[in-house]
Amino acid sequence: MTPDVAEAVACTGLAYAFGETNAVDGLDLTVREGEVFGLLGPNGAGKTTAIRCMTTLLPVLAGMVRVFGHDAAGDRMAVRRLLGYVPQQLSADASLTGRENVALFARVFDVPRRERAARVGQALAAVGLTDAADRLAGTYSGGMVRRLELAQALVSAPRLLILDEPTIGLDPIARTGVWEHIGAVRAATGMTVLVTTHYMDEADQYCDRVGLMHRGRIRALGTPTELREGLGARRRAAGTAGTDPLPTLEDVFRDIAGSGLDESSGDFRDVRSTRRTARRVG
Amino acid sequence: MSEAPAAPPAGSADQYRADGIDLLLRPPEPRAGWRLLPARVVAMCAVELQKLRHDSTELYTRAVQPALWLLIFGQTFTRLRAIPTDGVPYIDYLAPGIIAQSAMFIAIFYGIQIIWERDAGILNKLLVTPTPRSALITGKAFAAGVKSLVQAVVVILIAALLGVALTWNPLKLLGVAAIVVLGSVFFSCLSMTIAGIVLNRDRLMGFGQAITMPLFFGSNALYPLSVMPGWLQAVSKANPLSYQVDALRGLLLGTPHHLALDFAVLLVAAALGVAAASSLLGRLAR
Ligand SMILES: Nc1ncnc2c1ncn2[C@@H]1O[C@H](COP(=O)(O)OP(=O)(O)O)[C@@H](O)[C@H]1O
Ligand SMILES: [Mg+2]
Repeated sequence: MTPDVAEAVACTGLAYAFGETNAVDGLDLTVREGEVFGLLGPNGAGKTTAIRCMTTLLPVLAGMVRVFGHDAAGDRMAVRRLLGYVPQQLSADASLTGRENVALFARVFDVPRRERAARVGQALAAVGLTDAADRLAGTYSGGMVRRLELAQALVSAPRLLILDEPTIGLDPIARTGVWEHIGAVRAATGMTVLVTTHYMDEADQYCDRVGLMHRGRIRALGTPTELREGLGARRRAAGTAGTDPLPTLEDVFRDIAGSGLDESSGDFRDVRSTRRTARRVG
Repeated sequence: MSEAPAAPPAGSADQYRADGIDLLLRPPEPRAGWRLLPARVVAMCAVELQKLRHDSTELYTRAVQPALWLLIFGQTFTRLRAIPTDGVPYIDYLAPGIIAQSAMFIAIFYGIQIIWERDAGILNKLLVTPTPRSALITGKAFAAGVKSLVQAVVVILIAALLGVALTWNPLKLLGVAAIVVLGSVFFSCLSMTIAGIVLNRDRLMGFGQAITMPLFFGSNALYPLSVMPGWLQAVSKANPLSYQVDALRGLLLGTPHHLALDFAVLLVAAALGVAAASSLLGRLAR
């Protein structure tokens, strides 16, 4: 097997169902090495389920997932060693300090003892948490917890950073802070970033390429500008552009998903988990 | 560097190069083969000790019950002489049973922590590290063992204060530590196995409450096998807690014991527990 290094993630025909719910339904997706790829879609589109298949948390029931050429179904340990993962929920251990939270991940990624403290220190510095490092994570704000999780993911020098809704439930300033740290870390390390979000404006601003996901499948793929200009051109051709400015990614999404978006997006589970996140943040 | 006229804003790539991120550019060398498991066990135990250091109230609140058992039950029955203990004062006879009991309580409720970690997203993140499920469960089980061991030390000190004549032979105490940890590995795996079946904190809480007392009373912790009715003897012989108590009594008091058998039973039980809990861990991750 010769891993194709140009492709950080390659999914073909990925499908996963929870009982009757086809959460991921034939997902085809390629994330190129070095880019910031945004997987976009409303609540319930299947983003988290797709991510959980890529991170080996869920079995690949149908289709194929490769991470830097390693099969996510067969070669799990190799895939995990390449990943840094920040789940949708705020998931730092509140009863440990920030430093201890990061040190745990240094340990389970086999960072040798002699460089552990230095590495943990660098990861904390990279997200601006040096001063708060020895406080219990339970005292952190939502934005700080997110940055701490980023440090936990960075300490093992992953080649692919996967962030699931990194800004959900955060206030606008904390959101900008999280994105700036993601961008800066990427610029400094050159790692590939796969990020999901349902905030279209954030994806527009921070992602190199985006895939719009709806009902378990990618419905449009390209750079934000390509997608917006594509819709603009289509509208002009159809004579419906009027005096509107360039369409936003949200317009692109509405165009693809058509009507019925509001009824189908989000369900009880999402509301519940978002509330839980919001409570922990608030 | 904030004095520089064109200081980049916080969170810029230039700043990181200045602060040093050289270590974060190099993935660590994977530990190979057999060295992985002990490393994960150490990692999980370290976390448990850190948590105990930040908040040790649980240690004290959990010491109340064993203290009462020894103080009230132990002293009363020492006077009553109702239970045949081969000449050992009853409170001495009881002490190893209470040590085993308090260690078991901690381990049995450890599964709740794993469900809590699942709900908080911590478990998912650990499962995306190069840690096989069996290594994660073994690590957690030994972490429960470390916590139980700290608790056992507290109870041993209480017993010593109450005048129980315990051994201070370091080799024997080492054996005590090994037995306490092995027992806790089994009981925490039992509880993590149930966690993998019921998947929910409240139900696990109910289960924990339902099984701890039968396990305790259906063992030789309070009375010797010889005074039990036949059916209870059978239960007690199938109960790993009995083997733990037998070993602790032998080591701490020097009473007749079956150390080799006790160790063997606990080892096998612990291994089976790890296997069962590991195979159900995937259910918790879904
Ligand atoms: N553990 C689960 N059990 C049952 N259904 C689930 C589970 N997780 C997700 N789903 C369902 O799968 C669909 C996709 O969910 P998800 O992948 O979380 O979407 P997104 O992350 O895009 O909001 C939703 O309809 C959701 O209700
Ligand atoms: Mg999601």
